[in-house]
Amino acid sequence: MTAAELLNWARGPGLQISLVVFVLGMTYRVLQNYFIGRKASLAEARGSQWGPGIETVWRRSLFHPGMTGKGYFTLIAGYTFHIGFLVTLFFLAQHIELFKSLLGFGWPALAEGLIELLAVLSIAALVAVLVDRLVDPVRRKISDFQDYFTWVLTVAPLITGYMLVNGMAMRYTEMLALHILSFEALLVAAPFTKLSHMVTIFIARWYNGAIAGYKGVQS
Amino acid sequence: MAKNETLGEVMRRQGISRRGFLKFCTATASMMAMPPGMVPAIAAALEKARRPSVIWLSFQECTGCTESLTRSHSPTVENLIFNAISLDYHHTLQAASGTAAEEAREHAMKENDGKYLLVVDGSIPTRDGGVYSTIAGMTNLQILEETAKGAAAIIAVGTCAAFGGIPKAKPNPTGAVAVSDIITDKPIINVSGCPPIPTVITGVLANFLTFGTIPDLDKYGRPLAFFGDTIHDRCYRRRFYDQGLFAETFDDEGARKGWCLYKLGCKGPTTYNACATTKWNQGTSFPIQSGHGCFGCSEPDFWDAGGFYKPLPAATIDVGGAAGVAIAAGAAAGAAFGLYERNRRKKAQSSHEPLTVDDLD
Repeated sequence: MTAAELLNWARGPGLQISLVVFVLGMTYRVLQNYFIGRKASLAEARGSQWGPGIETVWRRSLFHPGMTGKGYFTLIAGYTFHIGFLVTLFFLAQHIELFKSLLGFGWPALAEGLIELLAVLSIAALVAVLVDRLVDPVRRKISDFQDYFTWVLTVAPLITGYMLVNGMAMRYTEMLALHILSFEALLVAAPFTKLSHMVTIFIARWYNGAIAGYKGVQS
Repeated sequence: MAKNETLGEVMRRQGISRRGFLKFCTATASMMAMPPGMVPAIAAALEKARRPSVIWLSFQECTGCTESLTRSHSPTVENLIFNAISLDYHHTLQAASGTAAEEAREHAMKENDGKYLLVVDGSIPTRDGGVYSTIAGMTNLQILEETAKGAAAIIAVGTCAAFGGIPKAKPNPTGAVAVSDIITDKPIINVSGCPPIPTVITGVLANFLTFGTIPDLDKYGRPLAFFGDTIHDRCYRRRFYDQGLFAETFDDEGARKGWCLYKLGCKGPTTYNACATTKWNQGTSFPIQSGHGCFGCSEPDFWDAGGFYKPLPAATIDVGGAAGVAIAAGAAAGAAFGLYERNRRKKAQSSHEPLTVDDLD
C-alpha cells in the first residue's frame, strides 16, 4: 500500500469505522449504565438531586482548600494537558475543516503559533504525569497496561500533529496518514478504556453530587 | 534521418547556433540542480552524443502527455530534445501507419537491441487477458513485455504509466496497472503528472543523453530534481497559509487577494512536483497562481482522494448515515443489556436465601 492509498483510507473508511465504533460504544456505555439504574433509596429525601449534582460537577473542577503538593501537581498538569489538547483539537483551522465536513458548520480558528505552544505544553504535561506515575511507588504499583496504553494513544496525535506542522521526520503524506490514524486509534479505544471519561465524567460527577444532595449533604 | 549523426551535427545542420546550444546546456544544468561548472561537461557530452533510438508506446492514455511535450511555439528545450533523439515509433507523431509502423518498431528494436529507450504513456489493462486496449492485434501487455526486453531503460511518462492514473480509478473496470507493476527487471523512471511538465520530461531525457545514467530517484521512482519538494513547500502563497489567511470560496475577497487555497481543496502539501517553481507554458503560471488549488496530479491514486474540492482534513465519505445508525444501535444495545442486567440483579436479590449456621457445615 502506498502512503497515498493509506491516507485515502484514513480519510474515508478509516474515519467512518472509527467514528461508528466511538459513537456506538459511548452510547452503549452510557445507556447501559442508565438502564441498570440505581437501587431505590427507601430513606426520605433530605434535599434535591439535580441542583447539588450540577454544583458538584463545577466544584470538582476547583482547587480544594488543604490540597497537598501532589494534589496541586496533578491538577495543574491535568489542566495544562486537557486545555492544550482541547484547544488544539477544536481551534486549529485545519481541524475545523474536518468538523465542517462532519457537522456542516465551522467556527473561527485561533492562531497556529498559539496552538503550537499549547500543544507543546500539553505534551510536556503528559510526560510529567507519566514520569510521576513511574516514580511514585504507589502510583506505579496500581498502574496497569491500560494506564500506559491510553497514555500512548493520547500523546500520539499531539506528537504526530506537531511533527506534521513542522515537517519533521517523514514526508507530509506519510505523516498526515499517521496523524489521522493515531486519532482514529484513540477514538476506537475510547469506549473500551478509561478514556470513556470524556463522555462519562460529567455524568459521574453529577451522580455523586445527586446522591449526597438527596441525603442533604454537600459532596 | 541518419542515425549515425551526432547531436552536434544535427544542430549545426538545423542552423542552431553555438550560443543557442550553450544556452540549452545551461538551462539543463540549472534544471537538474547542477553547478554552473557542469555546463562545459554537458556541452561536450551532448555534442558527441549519438541520437539514441526511442520507442514511444501509447497505451490506455488520453495523449495529454504527448500534447504537453509537443506544445511549444518557439525553439525551446523540448524541441531541441526531440531533435536529439531518433523517435522511431510514436502513434501521434509518426508518418507511417498500419503494418509499416509496426515493422518500423520491430526494426528499431532489432537494430538497437539493449540500447534503445522505451517511453511509455498510458496504463496497461490486464483484466480479461488485457483485451481492453490492443494495437495491431496485440494487447498492450504483450507489446510492453516484448518491447521492454531489449530496452536500456524505461521512462513511464504521465501518472497513468507511472501509477495507473485515471483508468485505475475506482472501480478500475479494465484492471489498469502501472508499468512498474508489469516490468520489474529494467530501470524505470516515473515522470508522473497529469500531464507532466514538459521540461521535466526533457530534463530526464537530457540527463540520459548527457550521462547515460538515470537521475537520482525518490521512493516512487521519480527524479528527485523535479519531485523532491512538495508544491506546498515552494508555493508563493505559503505565507498566507502560515498566517491563517484562506480563501473560503472561489470569488470571495480572500480569493481575489490571492490567499491560500487550502480550504478549497488544495492538495499542495501532499503533492511532489515542480509546478510551483518551474511552472507551465515556459514559466507562465501554474494552477494555484491561476486561483485553483492543486489536485495532486503527480501522486498515486489522486483520482480516488475524495474530490478535488474537499480539503485534506475533511472526511471523504459521508459518515452521517453510519453515525446515526451507530447511535441507534448503541442506544438499543445499551438499553437492552442494561435492562437485562437490572432484571438479573433483581432476580438475584429476590431469590437470595439468607445463610444459617447449619449451611456453613
